Amino acid sequence: MSDPKKFPDRRVVLKGGLAWGIGLGFAPGLGRAQDNSTAARPRPGDLLVNVDDTSLAPLGPQDILAGAPVLAWALDRADGTVRNGSRLNRVLLMRLDPERLAPETKERAADGVVAYTAICTHTGCEVTGWLAAEQLLQCACHASKFDPSDGARVVEGPAPRTLPALPLGVENGRLVVSRPFTSRVGFESA
Amino acid sequence: MAEFKGPRSSVAAVMLALAVVVEPAVTQQSPPPQIPPVLQKYRPVTTDRLRKPEDSEWLMVRRTYDGWGYSPLQQVTRSNIARLQPAWVVATGVTNGHQAPPIVNNGVMFVATPGNQVIALDARTGAILWRYRRPLPEDVILLHPTSRGVALYEDRVFFAAAEAVLVALDARTGKEIWTTEVAKNSNGYYMSLAPLVAGGKVMVGTSGGELGVRGFVAAYDPATGKEAWRVHTVPAPGEPGSETWPKGDEWKTGGGSVWITGNYDPETNLAFWGTGNGGPWMGDQRPGDNLYTSSTIAIDVTTGAIKGHHQYHPNDSWDWDEVSPPILVDYRRDGRTIKGLIDVARDGYLWFLERTDSKINFIEGKPFVQQNVFRSLDPKTGRPEINPDRKPATGKTVEFCPSLWGGKTWPPIAFSPQTRMIYIPANENLCQRMTGDPVKYSPGSPFTGAKYTLVLAPGAADHIGEVQAWHVDTGKRVWTHEYSKSPNWGPMLATGGGLVFTGGTTDRLFRAFDAENGKLLWEFPTNSGITGQPSSFEVDGKQYIAVQSGWGVDARAMTAVLNTLSPGNYPDVPEGGAIWVFAIK
Repeated sequence: MSDPKKFPDRRVVLKGGLAWGIGLGFAPGLGRAQDNSTAARPRPGDLLVNVDDTSLAPLGPQDILAGAPVLAWALDRADGTVRNGSRLNRVLLMRLDPERLAPETKERAADGVVAYTAICTHTGCEVTGWLAAEQLLQCACHASKFDPSDGARVVEGPAPRTLPALPLGVENGRLVVSRPFTSRVGFESA
Repeated sequence: MAEFKGPRSSVAAVMLALAVVVEPAVTQQSPPPQIPPVLQKYRPVTTDRLRKPEDSEWLMVRRTYDGWGYSPLQQVTRSNIARLQPAWVVATGVTNGHQAPPIVNNGVMFVATPGNQVIALDARTGAILWRYRRPLPEDVILLHPTSRGVALYEDRVFFAAAEAVLVALDARTGKEIWTTEVAKNSNGYYMSLAPLVAGGKVMVGTSGGELGVRGFVAAYDPATGKEAWRVHTVPAPGEPGSETWPKGDEWKTGGGSVWITGNYDPETNLAFWGTGNGGPWMGDQRPGDNLYTSSTIAIDVTTGAIKGHHQYHPNDSWDWDEVSPPILVDYRRDGRTIKGLIDVARDGYLWFLERTDSKINFIEGKPFVQQNVFRSLDPKTGRPEINPDRKPATGKTVEFCPSLWGGKTWPPIAFSPQTRMIYIPANENLCQRMTGDPVKYSPGSPFTGAKYTLVLAPGAADHIGEVQAWHVDTGKRVWTHEYSKSPNWGPMLATGGGLVFTGGTTDRLFRAFDAENGKLLWEFPTNSGITGQPSSFEVDGKQYIAVQSGWGVDARAMTAVLNTLSPGNYPDVPEGGAIWVFAIK
């Protein structure tokens, strides 16, 4: 799990003065509110940033290259909160051929970029493997395979259900979350 | 988190609930809870009892420190097993892999399940005495949601909670006495094993071999939970064995996870623990032998020092964890009796070793399933010569046998001193295609660096699962039972009645074999598939056979892939756990 503290300041302020002012006004509840917002699932309007990019540059469709899935966090553009307080918030971004997308997946995509949870529905391992020949995602732990061009349906392996999708849009050249995850993120731990 | 199920007034129940969830002060004001009679006479588990348990008891995960999985009870026999019927059954209320044995002390049964749950029951009737449930964090890292059992000592129950927290419970009430964080779950450490109590300490290790952990065994004071020592399975620079690692930081994420309970030799005070493969998976990313990965290590229980080791294969690149510890059994070879260790390894070899008060000596090794990776073994050390064409590497795809799940994965073997045989739950005819990838470490994220697919052995896939019986004094296989339509994920139990009990198959059956010749004598269809460790115990003069049924984890993963390779032949096994107890009627 990525440690929120790895970021210089997870209250990174995109619109500094305003956000800081709000923070002062609600000082007694500040810590708890911010913990909740870092752990909250991505919300409509959130931007997306690469998990390895400490500069928190919002990603655009052009940053997602074919055959190279990118792991991302959502970022609340109102106050700069990075939603990295839960590993369940890891988002997998992929560029796919728009002509190959199933209708429902196409509707959720933005300029050929699709987004899914990175958390496998089997035991919660991260789905980070890309099988280029098969054009499938593979979980590193129990080898479940998912088809990202068709709603991340389970093609093979023990995963009990699809990877929840995160519908995207584009605003000012930046990827934006358009709707919440299509279903509950996570797995059955018992 | 703990609640009584014994008889008492509703007022007492409310007061107790308040005591659990509110403040210690309320506890002091509550009337003492009414302890069920079977718990009132709870018999503390002493060091002597752990060393020499009464025949009626099953006090630890494999019953005895030598790891035999053998009950000397002999009421249930070849001649009466046709009358073996369920005495009681209880649903556990959770899904996923139920792998823990019912552990029994003086009529009280303790069962661990997935979902951080321990249930105490009246072993004779199945009445629930208390349940302990520890909430799992929503974002817990837990790639294998299971528990393989609890440990008993004095009047306490020790439970390795999934999020890498060791818990001590009051055996009479199920209430927490102390908890200790063993490692950071957010860094990929989680637990599924039963603790080992020996030499006055309670020991655990952790899983996480796919997540860049550095394996260890740690020992704690049973009274307080204070850590006594911690020994890593991957040495730091300058420590013995560090010369087998690259000069960089690879050791920090070197794997060697520990997720099966070790065995113990009271004579030498050495505990024998098995270790997982190196991390990441591809050996070319961590050149060297990589001690002590894929090994058995002999740990001095007083100090934590590693006194001896045997590495089954150096520089693992096949995901062959060797976490199942060897059993301690003395066997005959070449006219002499050897104080032995016998290990049935994931790498597909059966290893006969010798234990001493320090180092471990190699005696003999031979394949028990198809194995095409080792060309030969060094006759003195047992070190395998590896066929490089069967070793995956970064950017290199190869096929090898057995699969990454091995000839035998975690399910334990059993040994019967009557037949002098070991009983192996094996998987034959499975191979793997694997490609290595570069991988970057990020705490808590996958650190395998491999893509892989299960493949059937060419032209030979008429069956997969097997039960094999090998005579320890001849080193030869005596009988094999093949499962035509299923892999085998069934831990083994041998009994003094000349029987071997096991499940492990997709048809949900619990079976008994004649230990001498492998004849199938009895079978019973349970609610789900059985990956639980069977046990046997006696209460009020009656012998019982107990097991959990509850399919999940890697058994489910393997079956799902097999059903893709051979559509329709390996359908889903229904999940949901239950504890079954059988007796002669």
